[in-house]
Amino acid sequence: MKISRVLLPVLVIAALFVIVSCAPAPAPTSAPAAAPTQPPAAAAQKTYKDMTLCYPQLGAESDWRTANTASFKETAQTLGIKQLVFSDAQQKQENQISAVRACIQQKVDVIALPPVVEDGWDAVLTEAKNAKIPVIIVDRSVSAPKTLYASHIGSDMVLEGERAAAEFNKMMPNGGAVLELSGTTGSGAAVGRAKGFRNKLNPNIKILDSQTGNFTRAEAVPVMQAFLKKYKAGTDFQGIFIHNDDMGIGAIEALKAAGVKPGDLKIVSVDGTRGGFQAMVDGWFQADVECNPLLGPQVFEMALKLMNGQTIDPEVLTNETVYYPDKAKELLPTRKY
Amino acid sequence: MKNYPLLNRIRESRLFLPLGALAVILIFDAIYAPGFFNIAIQGDHLYGNLIDVVNNGAPLMLVAIGMTLVIATGGVDLSVGAVIAISAAMGAVLINPALGNQLITNEILTRDATNTPLPIIILADLAAGTLCGLWNGFLVSRARIQPMVATLILMVAGRGIAQLITNGQIMTIYYTPYFWFGNGYIFGLPVSVYIVAIVFILAWILVRKTSIGLFIESVGINSKSSYYSGIDEKNVKLLAYAFCGFCAAIAGLILSSYVHSADGNNNGLNYELDAILAVVMGGTLMTGGRFSLFASVIGAVVIWTFTLTVYTLGVPANALLAAKAVLVMVVILLYSDYFRRFLNRFSEHKGPEHGRAN
Repeated sequence: MKISRVLLPVLVIAALFVIVSCAPAPAPTSAPAAAPTQPPAAAAQKTYKDMTLCYPQLGAESDWRTANTASFKETAQTLGIKQLVFSDAQQKQENQISAVRACIQQKVDVIALPPVVEDGWDAVLTEAKNAKIPVIIVDRSVSAPKTLYASHIGSDMVLEGERAAAEFNKMMPNGGAVLELSGTTGSGAAVGRAKGFRNKLNPNIKILDSQTGNFTRAEAVPVMQAFLKKYKAGTDFQGIFIHNDDMGIGAIEALKAAGVKPGDLKIVSVDGTRGGFQAMVDGWFQADVECNPLLGPQVFEMALKLMNGQTIDPEVLTNETVYYPDKAKELLPTRKY
Repeated sequence: MKNYPLLNRIRESRLFLPLGALAVILIFDAIYAPGFFNIAIQGDHLYGNLIDVVNNGAPLMLVAIGMTLVIATGGVDLSVGAVIAISAAMGAVLINPALGNQLITNEILTRDATNTPLPIIILADLAAGTLCGLWNGFLVSRARIQPMVATLILMVAGRGIAQLITNGQIMTIYYTPYFWFGNGYIFGLPVSVYIVAIVFILAWILVRKTSIGLFIESVGINSKSSYYSGIDEKNVKLLAYAFCGFCAAIAGLILSSYVHSADGNNNGLNYELDAILAVVMGGTLMTGGRFSLFASVIGAVVIWTFTLTVYTLGVPANALLAAKAVLVMVVILLYSDYFRRFLNRFSEHKGPEHGRAN
């Protein structure tokens, strides 16, 4: 009894302290009165200040995604839009679908959707269309008919896969075998990259095995460990194609433990995040295919055009390239993600 | 019973079933994946599937040790996964105070830099976990909330707290000394193995060399009669939950060090279920009472041996959960009274069925 009387207030205070100290510093939400577009005279013309944009983010599985989220939040703040309805679906499609439904209920102006997987979007996209809310598909693609959404903006995943294949063709002119660590099964990124990779890979290079690491470090480690026990690095396979940098970082840990040295294997990854650049500087990656996450400005610009009834391109591809270790060191400090 | 005393002793041992399950999986490996047992020396450390089992399984073993004590008091702690996430987030945020909603600036990338000295990071991690455990213990022992409900609160809230700490984003850790816990080696064995050994010995001394173990079992069997016999039943429970939180915090430290990042959503995901499974496999009953720490650790080893076996065989990750379900089903069936009776009849022929009260 005695202890409980002492303990209760202590615990309550401690809990409060934890909660308070954990709360992020209040962000300056009051938007600066910057109206970058039309003066108020043009009543029909809408500005960023009228915009409510819904962005049901698919999760926070990698550095790439973190940068993508940050790009949207920062852009929303600098443009001073009315409201950014942001949610985190924790990589589950059902969460994302219900987030989109909630946005439709809320009657937002535009929905920007980064789909976690390609399939199964027809129903909810039809609901949005019936509610006259335009949808911009961001980053990964969907398999739904193009009439159901206004535009797709993002990277050409197939092209990324083809670029990675071209790197292996260059590095392994005499053929060989590679392993593939692929992304979330069924996601547009994993499907596209796998397809492009197989399209362009020289026939004398064999894909020895392919397994998903779900785009996360934690899952890539045991998968790579199992690969390394099953096949002998250097003799059974000479290269690894990894669908994103985070899995690459996980795989490097497994490779280190197996005694593989940087440069022993040809590794090509996708994303171009800081972690990937660091891996190139350290000599692990021989090439990193860029996939740009900083899509915020482009999406908001497109959303404004949609609100004002202007026509937009149904397919916008971001400008991307391939990075190599020779430039990695000087480019690393300039990377934004 | 007199016919086969040795056989009976082995069969009645708490370790019989977990070791049996482990043996079955290892025999399976020996047949289908002969390379599974290869251990080589790679640079300064041992290398092989079995090393991966203990290294990857270390966090689960730790959580299972803590969970054993909680389950032995007749409770359960569903919040261990969330506590792992909190501990990982604490570590990451103390090393690198950049909040996730800003694009990372360059000076933060400066390698090997930390904002807080490593010992303080470790202490803060452990304190956070122990505090979470105390909170659970307080709700269960003082506020008298059912353990499943009480810890459910932190299971849900904990991930939220972890996300608050990291601002809902993955925080990457660039501070290399921190990686030692998950990726370092001492005398050829992973550091995490030594951590598990230390915690195990601590827990073992606590429960077997003092009367606390007896108190825990007594509280688990009947907390009211323990109270009337003068056992401080409330503080026994409080201790069990606090220790469980402490173990989960160490697990969080190792896990975040292992993958170089803290992720509020995914660090320690489903660990509560795996830990309960490990404890149940170790023969501790969910209703509380007698327990075996070592058997729970073996249970955790079984789970990871199984996971790595599945990867080695090349079963896709999507099928892993289904395969795990089969393992769970088999184990639960092995523990059923029906199977026990079958085993008794099998080994004793005509002998009388002795009612083992478990």
